[in-house]
Amino acid sequence: MLAQLIVSGLAAGSLYGIMALGLILIYKTTHILNFGQGDMAMFSTFIALLLFQSYGLPLLAALGAALVTGGLLGIVVDRGLLRWAKNAPVTSLFIATLGIGMILQAIALWMGLIDSRPFPYVLRGRPLFIGDVVLRQHDLLVFGVALAVSLLFFIVFKFTKVGIAMRATSQNKRAAQLMGINVGRIGTWSWALGLGTGAIAGCLVAPIVFLDLQSMIFVMIKAIAAAVLGGFTSLPGAVVGGLVLGVIENLFSGYMPTAIAPLKTTFVFTLIILVLVVRPHGLLGERSAGGHG
Amino acid sequence: MKRAIFWTVVVALLALLPLVLRSYNLYLLNLAAVKIIAAIGLALLTGFTGQLSIGHAGFLAIGAYGTALLAQYAGLPFWVGIPVAGLLSGLAGFILLVPALRLTAIYLAIATLAFGTAVVEALPRWASVTGGYQGMSVPRESFLGVTVTRNDVAMFYLALVMVVVLLWVARNIVRSRVGRAFVAIRDKSAAAQACGVSLAKYKALAFFLSALYAGLAGGLYAHVVGYISPAEFGLGKSIDLFIMIALGGMASLPGPVLGALFLTYLPHWLSGFRGLQSIIYGSALIGVVIFMPFGIWGFVRKWTAPDKVQSLPWPLRAAVEFVRGGGGR
Repeated sequence: MLAQLIVSGLAAGSLYGIMALGLILIYKTTHILNFGQGDMAMFSTFIALLLFQSYGLPLLAALGAALVTGGLLGIVVDRGLLRWAKNAPVTSLFIATLGIGMILQAIALWMGLIDSRPFPYVLRGRPLFIGDVVLRQHDLLVFGVALAVSLLFFIVFKFTKVGIAMRATSQNKRAAQLMGINVGRIGTWSWALGLGTGAIAGCLVAPIVFLDLQSMIFVMIKAIAAAVLGGFTSLPGAVVGGLVLGVIENLFSGYMPTAIAPLKTTFVFTLIILVLVVRPHGLLGERSAGGHG
Repeated sequence: MKRAIFWTVVVALLALLPLVLRSYNLYLLNLAAVKIIAAIGLALLTGFTGQLSIGHAGFLAIGAYGTALLAQYAGLPFWVGIPVAGLLSGLAGFILLVPALRLTAIYLAIATLAFGTAVVEALPRWASVTGGYQGMSVPRESFLGVTVTRNDVAMFYLALVMVVVLLWVARNIVRSRVGRAFVAIRDKSAAAQACGVSLAKYKALAFFLSALYAGLAGGLYAHVVGYISPAEFGLGKSIDLFIMIALGGMASLPGPVLGALFLTYLPHWLSGFRGLQSIIYGSALIGVVIFMPFGIWGFVRKWTAPDKVQSLPWPLRAAVEFVRGGGGR
């Protein structure tokens, strides 16, 4: 029972972690909390579903298309909209991302996402039994993807020019600019990568919760909570925060009596507040980042 | 003196509105009043003191349920119930302060989000009293022989009095020593502390006031609609409040008022465009952010600055100067 709850919790937590990685990437370089991340992930995932069901594309190609949609969406959002609001304070830009989310919801509705739609599993074979723990193949895929995305982020940030430029931009925008980094382009890269990551998370979540206009928003809220738990500016923190959150949430709903079990979100959030009171910048966050004043 | 006359005339004109408006329009205005009060509260906390909150609907819920429960079980009339529920909400703000003292920016936002979620998740658990997910109806009440609950005209006067009084109080707070301490904390908390501003004391005051305003708004809401359920106080409401102050212009008092009116009437006007509502609404949000980066009030201030006004044609200039002389800011 305990092992099973932990394993399922880790699977859910990996999903929060992937979603959180995209959010943090955007936040680090642009200081915008993208509250449209859920809607943007929903939109990319819905494109994959449309291509797969209505246009008969192979599933893997459709998933690839979702990734590309996410990336393109990032470019459009940054170049097409946010670039025009350069002088606005970040709190206003946060509102703009909400507006983009609303528009995407409307487009998805117009394209036919009216009710909850099932989304195909990539791996739908027999579950594995390890001891008394049941492991769905989809869970394995989620672990694999979470690992791969984390590794990819690590490699990009450690070894590629774009990644190093992103780190420089997040540390000090002006200094980065003086070193010849095109800060605007780095922002666009972050949006593209961030929303691409969101699309991956969306395609992995959709088979579990089904796809509707709202389903990704709840995942996004959990991802934001996970990111905060990890320390909002730390990429490894996002994954750690996601895993911790997923496991705790699962253990709570597994062991608590049914009368209290629906309060799991409250419980998790309360726990996060307690962690923040002890460590105001999260588990792995840097002291200076995130706050102002 | 001139200013006092100006505002007396404005309030008197507003008080005449029930003569021309039908009940549905009055109902909309009452809802706008609820949002105005809550938005002013959030502006005091977020706009003036710089403390983010995306869980403010939780305070609205405490005010609304507090008012309804006090009326139902304690038999308190609304003119006692609403203030008491407001104070309860203010106390909840105090409790939220404990983690908030150490947290800033996004970390504080999550703590407040947690509070909002907790309230919405906890209310249905207590189903025997609160009616669970279904919600509860607010007992009908009368005052001096007039039914108040769900009576749009009576509610309008109650709402008007509350808005005028609370705006006046907020204006006096903002212009006092306390308001200057708030702004100092927002702009640079370390510098404020060095100047002798007690962070704990003034943050506590900001949270208390903000929650008090939201609670009073919630109490008014309960009597305006006459029926409340937990789902109305979810994250969406908190975000709406945040949008109101950001769109209107955060660090001002006209800002939240304009934002609240905008968010009350825009969805109402858009209800005619079926299917296009969210597109127009979303585009409006983006448009305001791009063209009015400091909110609607920031935009108005910019275009009515003295040097801009000089170049306006005479009637417009006279109008702007009249309002300005009346204390438009």
